[in-house]
Amino acid sequence: MEFLGLYNYWVFAILLMIGFYAVIAKRNLVKKLIGLSLFQTAVFLLYITMGKVDGGTAPIFSDAGTTIFSNPLPQVLILTAIVVGISTTALGLGIIVRLKEEYGSIEEHEIQEIDEQ
Amino acid sequence: MNTLVAHLPALQVVVPMIVAPLVILLRPRGLAWAACTIASVLAFAIAIQLVQGVLATGPVSYLMGSWPAPYGIELKVDALSALLLLVVTGASVFSLVGGRQSLDVQIDEGRQPYFYAAWLLALAGFSGIVVAADAFNIFVFMEVSSLASYVLIAGGPDRRALPSVFKYLIMGTIGATFYLIGVGLIYMMTGTLNLSDMEVLIHTVADQRPILAAAGFITVGLALKAAIFPLHVWLPNAYTYAPHMVTAFLAACSTKVSLYILLRFDFFVFQGNLEGHAFQFAAYLMPLAILGILVGSAVAMFEKNIKRLLAFSSIAQIGYIMLGASLVNVAGLTAGIVHIFNHALAKGALFLAVALFATVAAGLRLDDLNGIARRMPWTFGAFVIAALSLIGIPGTAGFVSKWYLISAAMDLGTAGLPLVAVILVSSLMAVVYVWRIVEAACFGEATDVPTSPTAVPPLLVASLWLAAALNIYFGLVPELALTLSGEAAAELLGHLP
Repeated sequence: MEFLGLYNYWVFAILLMIGFYAVIAKRNLVKKLIGLSLFQTAVFLLYITMGKVDGGTAPIFSDAGTTIFSNPLPQVLILTAIVVGISTTALGLGIIVRLKEEYGSIEEHEIQEIDEQ
Repeated sequence: MNTLVAHLPALQVVVPMIVAPLVILLRPRGLAWAACTIASVLAFAIAIQLVQGVLATGPVSYLMGSWPAPYGIELKVDALSALLLLVVTGASVFSLVGGRQSLDVQIDEGRQPYFYAAWLLALAGFSGIVVAADAFNIFVFMEVSSLASYVLIAGGPDRRALPSVFKYLIMGTIGATFYLIGVGLIYMMTGTLNLSDMEVLIHTVADQRPILAAAGFITVGLALKAAIFPLHVWLPNAYTYAPHMVTAFLAACSTKVSLYILLRFDFFVFQGNLEGHAFQFAAYLMPLAILGILVGSAVAMFEKNIKRLLAFSSIAQIGYIMLGASLVNVAGLTAGIVHIFNHALAKGALFLAVALFATVAAGLRLDDLNGIARRMPWTFGAFVIAALSLIGIPGTAGFVSKWYLISAAMDLGTAGLPLVAVILVSSLMAVVYVWRIVEAACFGEATDVPTSPTAVPPLLVASLWLAAALNIYFGLVPELALTLSGEAAAELLGHLP
């Protein structure tokens, strides 16, 4: 029960590690960037999970009488963090395009070899 | 006027941030530079005003939209933030005022407005980190400043900047995300993001383990951003291939700002709230600081490119700052913080001089600098003054911080002697690598002397000499930096039991 109760946190940790692994192990720059996005997305899940209250709904007051609300603050924070993540990915892809133009490759080791010549 | 003064902490960030999009519209030649410089000078003036305010009346707190603190967003300028604001805005002013010609050469004219917009965003981000008093705003400003600095570094003509900036982007984002995980864990346990509130509420948390994990994530993430050895691998290439003025600006302030957050968290938020935190902090950072000092200096002794050489010296200097902090006492912390200021002065001036060398020399390897002292004696004179400050010769700013660091180590008794030895050995290594530059510049035979002398930008020479003069001024009259650092250290450690 404990394990299932922490389901989201397990997913968070596993996603985080998959992303981290891709960043470190992959030599293709686009794959690295995909790993980085996964790494950031995992953290979004952590924040959303911590704000969730069992049976809670969106915090909008109405006459219907619902009294249990989820914490909206982490969601707002993650809205900002998503924007940050998109900007990072966009900038990273932009740099990869420039790298392809200048070096004709998006493989890390090939770029390194060209630089060493 | 009085109402304006009350809003200074917000204006510090808002001024560069509002001018940034406007700069993009300024197409005619030179206008973008002028607007960027004016905004930067304004930010510097605001920073000076804030420093005076802090010195006169203590920390300045500002509530965004007048919402009370733990619920609304608070901006706070205390002694530590004030010192960092001086460093950040000062570095920007010095590099921009002198940097027009150098940037005209290195940045395509069509792209200049975008470049200056990114510069202002970086400035706004750095200032934002320093004035923000809550953990999440620090994260957002950290990303604003980082994304803008990636653009700045990649903006130059050297294609090797691209792979280095990609590496920086990957490592910087991992660092920032680690920080975000740490903040999330603290928020989970305390339900607050305001640093002061956090500091109080951490006491009440029954299960300390998530907080401990958070402290680990935040310390490691920020160590990555601050290029603390061995997490420094992104720094040398990024500094080497960036446009010269960008190197001068970022070398003076970007890693320092990350160190600022690190100090803010590890001392202000965690210190005294976590069991054994002081010991863990010192045990983790002191060996890294010592290794960073020794390895950074040693690599610098063998580097052939002057910008890479100075970048590795920066890694050693970050080690000094961390060594001071890892002593976890007022003397050590004061020494570390005052070194943030003094190193920014010395390294900023050195990179300004490098930018001047680049206007004349064919390249920036030591061989290219052969005989440069005879061709540009004034520039070289200022370079030597800044280099002496880097080594820590009495009478320069660098001496003050090294003196404080050594006396803080001596206070520890015999346990401090190895630290003193490390500082002395590393200073000797600094003498060696500076001497290699001096040797090439004074005694090397110039191979290709251009027939027509290139025009040396006078504003850059002026700003370099002003920076060099400040190195001497703050070496002889160190009160300003020392008062602020002392107050900052006392504030950071005030929460120790």
